[in-house]
Amino acid sequence: MNTVATTTAPTSLSTFTWLVKREYWEHRGGFFWAPFIIALVILAITLMVMITADVTAHQHGVNLSGLNLGQLAEKMTAENTAKFAAGVDIGLLGMSAPIGIALTFVVFFYLLGALYDDRRDRSVLFWKSLPVSDLDTVLSKVAAAVLVAPLLAVAAIILLNIAFLILASLYAILHGVNPLPLLWAPDHLIALWFRLLVLIPINALWALPTVGWLLLCSSFARSKPFLWAVLLPLLVGFVVSWINLMQQFALPSTWYWKNIFGRLVLSVVPAGWVGSGVRSAGTFGISSVGDNINIGLGKFDFINSILSVDGLLGVLLSPELWIGAIAGVAMIAAAIYYREKRTEAYS
Amino acid sequence: MTADASNTIVQARGLSKRYGATVALDHVDLDIGAGRIVGLIGPNGAGKTTALKAILGLAEFDGELSVLGLNPRTQRAQLMQQVCFIADVAVLPRWLRVGDAVDFVGGVHPRFSREKCLAFLTRTKIKPTQCVRELSKGMVVQLHLALVMAIDAKLLVLDEPTLGLDILYRKEFYASLLNDYFDEQKTILVTTHQVEEIEHILTDLIFIKDGKLILNASMEDIGERYTEVMVAPDKAEAARALKPLSERQVFGKSIFLFDGVDHAQLAQLGELHKPNIADLFVATMKGTYA
Repeated sequence: MNTVATTTAPTSLSTFTWLVKREYWEHRGGFFWAPFIIALVILAITLMVMITADVTAHQHGVNLSGLNLGQLAEKMTAENTAKFAAGVDIGLLGMSAPIGIALTFVVFFYLLGALYDDRRDRSVLFWKSLPVSDLDTVLSKVAAAVLVAPLLAVAAIILLNIAFLILASLYAILHGVNPLPLLWAPDHLIALWFRLLVLIPINALWALPTVGWLLLCSSFARSKPFLWAVLLPLLVGFVVSWINLMQQFALPSTWYWKNIFGRLVLSVVPAGWVGSGVRSAGTFGISSVGDNINIGLGKFDFINSILSVDGLLGVLLSPELWIGAIAGVAMIAAAIYYREKRTEAYS
Repeated sequence: MTADASNTIVQARGLSKRYGATVALDHVDLDIGAGRIVGLIGPNGAGKTTALKAILGLAEFDGELSVLGLNPRTQRAQLMQQVCFIADVAVLPRWLRVGDAVDFVGGVHPRFSREKCLAFLTRTKIKPTQCVRELSKGMVVQLHLALVMAIDAKLLVLDEPTLGLDILYRKEFYASLLNDYFDEQKTILVTTHQVEEIEHILTDLIFIKDGKLILNASMEDIGERYTEVMVAPDKAEAARALKPLSERQVFGKSIFLFDGVDHAQLAQLGELHKPNIADLFVATMKGTYA
């Protein structure tokens, strides 16, 4: 009987790792292929734009190499160089925005199906036949949504940035410009990418209410979790707005849309806390010291907010983040409760 | 049942479950001992799946239930180290790759033998690089069976494991189960509508109807208790006087099924047979859908 006695017992950590791996296997398309394919598409578009620009310039007899950027760079003041570097940052981040948008959709629909799809196709009966607790199962899905998917997206962004800089450098060299001093500032690039990584845990905390709500709907709904997750808060919002309109009750409907609907449904948007009112606490601004990105770039509030130390501190110190996180944890606990109860769905 | 208390795998007392107004399980008492192969047979909606779900910790229930000394409701994860189940075909997720499935079960199950599983798989046409969605129904069951048979579990629960399979796969399924998996340390609990296919492998038989166990006996006891007699028309009235469970006509003769009537007495009426489970089932379930 004891022919397999030699097999080492899985620790709970290794079980958890396998569970996260399982999520990755199932959602390789959204987690891995989507960001990297989008990066490739962006690069292809960049290349096409470069070629088009050159061909057009050639057709119209414009001599691009006459623009001596190299000399321009040498004459730049320190302030100008910083501005230029910040501009490069903004460019690199801006071109990566489609990856962030894709990540939002991937994570949203992943969570909505995470505890529902396997009930619908009945494969939950297979997963529940294994010695894995419902707690571990649900937490592995949280980890896949807030860590695995964003990490892969950041990896795709970093590769896209490097590839773009290489393309831009080749383009510059072809036109007789030395790209090194302007485009390649290793410490600057590493700082940029490091901040993208730092964003992951902050985004994760901010996303918890949406993560919890989507998992709860996914775990609770006997059918159509999307209706629960999105239409229910929408309907409540319309009712609240209507009551507000009737002025029967002094509940401001904007409060509902921002703090309930926004947090329940939209908090998985990367850096979604920007513009959510958190920054209006005045925790950061143009005047911040020692933060070169902020200097003179007031227009780029979004980029500023997600990359400045003050911006990150501002959200970390905001009650909105922590109240939402607590609500999120409570909803995740409820999702685990329903995961134990529900083994079937009506399809 | 012949199980002694120290060897009990499943013990239920007053197991009940209702869905709204419908009673799915009505105060069921049940003991299943180690080393038994138990067939749980009943018409659709009799409560078979509900009973299995309760045993596997997949549904709530009233009453007492202990499986391997554990409470299935609160200790499912621990219980699943010792219990395996196959709930009909096609519950393996379609996106799962065969090789990944083996790695995953090996990763989370302390009693899984990778070597055994791969040995089972080499006997099939299944390749590790294939996805479940690329496999035929029969191959999915082969894969599931390979995964489950490689687990050294004490209790294997099968809920309609061969539903929708052709006869070749069905025969092979039960043959592998008996030859490569079952031993005196293991217990198998199986439900199926294809009663005749498991008849010869069962050690115990349970009939369930309207949430109640209406028969719960070992196969030897059933052989003692139930007798089928082929009676010529002239003795048919005498046979009816002994209150048979059922009567049917074959080639101008009547076949009567008796419960607990003395064999010697019946031998005077005609030729004695051991009834098969299907006939016994039909006789005991009379009026189920009426």
